[in-house]
Amino acid sequence: MNTMVKVSDIVPAAEAHAPEHGTKVVARDVNVYYGEKRALFDVSLDIPARSVMALIGPSGCGKSTFLRCLNRMNDTIPIARVTGRIEIDGRDIHSADLDVVQLRANVGMVFQKPNPFPKSIYENVAYGPRIHGLARSKSELDGVVESSLRRAGLWEEVKDRLGDSGTGLSGGQQQRLCIARAIAVSPEVILMDEPCSALDPIATAKIEELMDELRENYTIVIVTHSMQQAARVSQRTAFFHLGILVETGPTEKIFTNPSDKKTQDYITGRFG
Amino acid sequence: MGLLYFSGVAVLVVVGFLFGRSRAALAERTEPLHSRPNYHGAFVALSILIPMVLLFAIGVPIANHVTETEALNAYDPQIAGDQLRRGAVLRDIVALANERYAGQPSEALRRAADTYASLRAWSIYLIICGGIVFALLGIAFSLRTLSARFRARNRVEAVVKWTLFAAACVAVLTTIGIVASVVFETIRFFDRVSPIDFLFGLHWSPQTAIRADQGGSSGSFGIVPLVTGTLLITVIAMLIAGPIGLFAAIYMAEYATPRFRNFAKPVLEILAGIPTVVLGFFAALTLAPLIRASGEALGLNVASESALAAGIVMGMMIIPFVSSLSDDVINAVPQSLRDGSYAMGATKSETIKKVVLPAAFGGIVSAFMLAISRAVGETMIVVMAAGLAGNLTFNPLEAVTTFTVQIKTILVGDQEFDSAKTLSAFALGFVLFFFTLTLNVIALQIVKRYREQYD
Repeated sequence: MNTMVKVSDIVPAAEAHAPEHGTKVVARDVNVYYGEKRALFDVSLDIPARSVMALIGPSGCGKSTFLRCLNRMNDTIPIARVTGRIEIDGRDIHSADLDVVQLRANVGMVFQKPNPFPKSIYENVAYGPRIHGLARSKSELDGVVESSLRRAGLWEEVKDRLGDSGTGLSGGQQQRLCIARAIAVSPEVILMDEPCSALDPIATAKIEELMDELRENYTIVIVTHSMQQAARVSQRTAFFHLGILVETGPTEKIFTNPSDKKTQDYITGRFG
Repeated sequence: MGLLYFSGVAVLVVVGFLFGRSRAALAERTEPLHSRPNYHGAFVALSILIPMVLLFAIGVPIANHVTETEALNAYDPQIAGDQLRRGAVLRDIVALANERYAGQPSEALRRAADTYASLRAWSIYLIICGGIVFALLGIAFSLRTLSARFRARNRVEAVVKWTLFAAACVAVLTTIGIVASVVFETIRFFDRVSPIDFLFGLHWSPQTAIRADQGGSSGSFGIVPLVTGTLLITVIAMLIAGPIGLFAAIYMAEYATPRFRNFAKPVLEILAGIPTVVLGFFAALTLAPLIRASGEALGLNVASESALAAGIVMGMMIIPFVSSLSDDVINAVPQSLRDGSYAMGATKSETIKKVVLPAAFGGIVSAFMLAISRAVGETMIVVMAAGLAGNLTFNPLEAVTTFTVQIKTILVGDQEFDSAKTLSAFALGFVLFFFTLTLNVIALQIVKRYREQYD
């Protein structure tokens, strides 16, 4: 017994206490190759449940690539190859008996550019519930659409024009519509790939506010280029550089007292 | 003469360009130029080219007209009124002037030919001299205008603009001209046959007695059998080409590996490039007997020229139109929409059905419309495979006939251009034109209505 080292001895104090709601996603030794090019190198990361995890790093560092591993969106790129182990709630997402369609219903995604379907606002939100058969009746579907739009903070703005095209909304509204669309299938994890990079500051503030509310019920992973945004919205932050996960820890610690020199340089704006 | 004139124009233009450029290059040593030397050269060249071309374009028709009128006057002053004789005599005069007249020319003809030859020589001489004068004037004008601060670049720009405008005008005017000629002949036809009988008559039989003592039919011009025949074949063709073309496009755009795509796309384009006459004899010699044989095996009565055979082959012809255009519009749907759908947990076919196809709907409809216009206007396949009989039927196993087949049948061979039979071809052409025009307008409206703005 005396040969065993206690966890608290090797991990800084902040790392030691277990996440409030347990760990949602566990990634171990994840590598991604695009053809010959290797985009991620042995990334291992734990993502705690019901909190916001920010992935930061300079362009091309692999943070979006890692994000897309979590709902296997890299499968849609023919030349991409992923190795390593990713578990969500202890289940390996690459195992043969796991249906990628089910996985994606469970892990929603919001993209960099708002991409509402060229359909009505109502149909955009009802899309997921319809294809997964989540609502048995029209009134139930109406309820799902309304509650999703409410949670995305869009209901008051669009309730009188649900039949209008989703593409006619402003950029910020489109992005909130995409969030409503994602949460309409009740996922447990929501991935956000630079969700505010195409939005103005006011729309950005709304989305950030929304993320703060959503983390009550969802595990959120956000890729962002804005370090202020990462500091504002996330509880934990992971810093990527050249495909390597350099450092991860509580956001406060990463931004005030990073242990790696590269992290220090990046957050102080010396590169990236 | 034209060759000589235009080689002269070419030489002068090149010389003018080089001269203007070198002069500007010299001037540049003392003063900065507004425009590069090349633009100065181009300005000189254009000052020569435009007047010379205009002179030729206006002068030659005038000179020809004067020459012909004078020559005919010399032959017989009374001849101008008689169109038919006028043409014949003119051909003789020109032949004699070119020393290709067969037989013994009359005195009057010889005199006329002499007038013709001398006037023609004079007009060539005048036009060439005029051209040289115009070229010199152009050079003088451009040299007076050119200076270091002259904005030759902007002038050349304006000439470019007007040249392009002229090209656009030619295209538009050609269309207007064709439509007008069809419309006028159609009006002449409606003097003989009432439009009501034409549009709503149930019997098509354009044979009319040419001479009074001939027996046979008096001709009836009801186009309803042609409408049904055309529609029947088009519907069959679209039933073939619509699903196959669209599904092929979806496969190529969404499922196919790049290797298969690179192989299949060119092959489909080859199908589009097969001359329709080849497809026509495939229909008539291979498919029609096959349909007939299998129909008889089932106890059906099949005509040896059937709407079905023509429709199937026509469908094969337009598959590439549907598939290639649909493929393009499906590819134009942004990947972000597909990603959005996949990220919701939709499968590939759900994504295609619910997101990609609705987004591409406008483009797909216009692809279908274009294919239908092609099918309606196609002639060769139906001539060979569908037959000539104007049967009013919706049975695809019978022979039917179409607008294009009838136009072709009416106009092939020796024709009188004032009989109702011949003129009916123009009326048919007009109806056909109106039909495809309507289709195109509808297609454009649909595309506009369903166009999504993607940036």
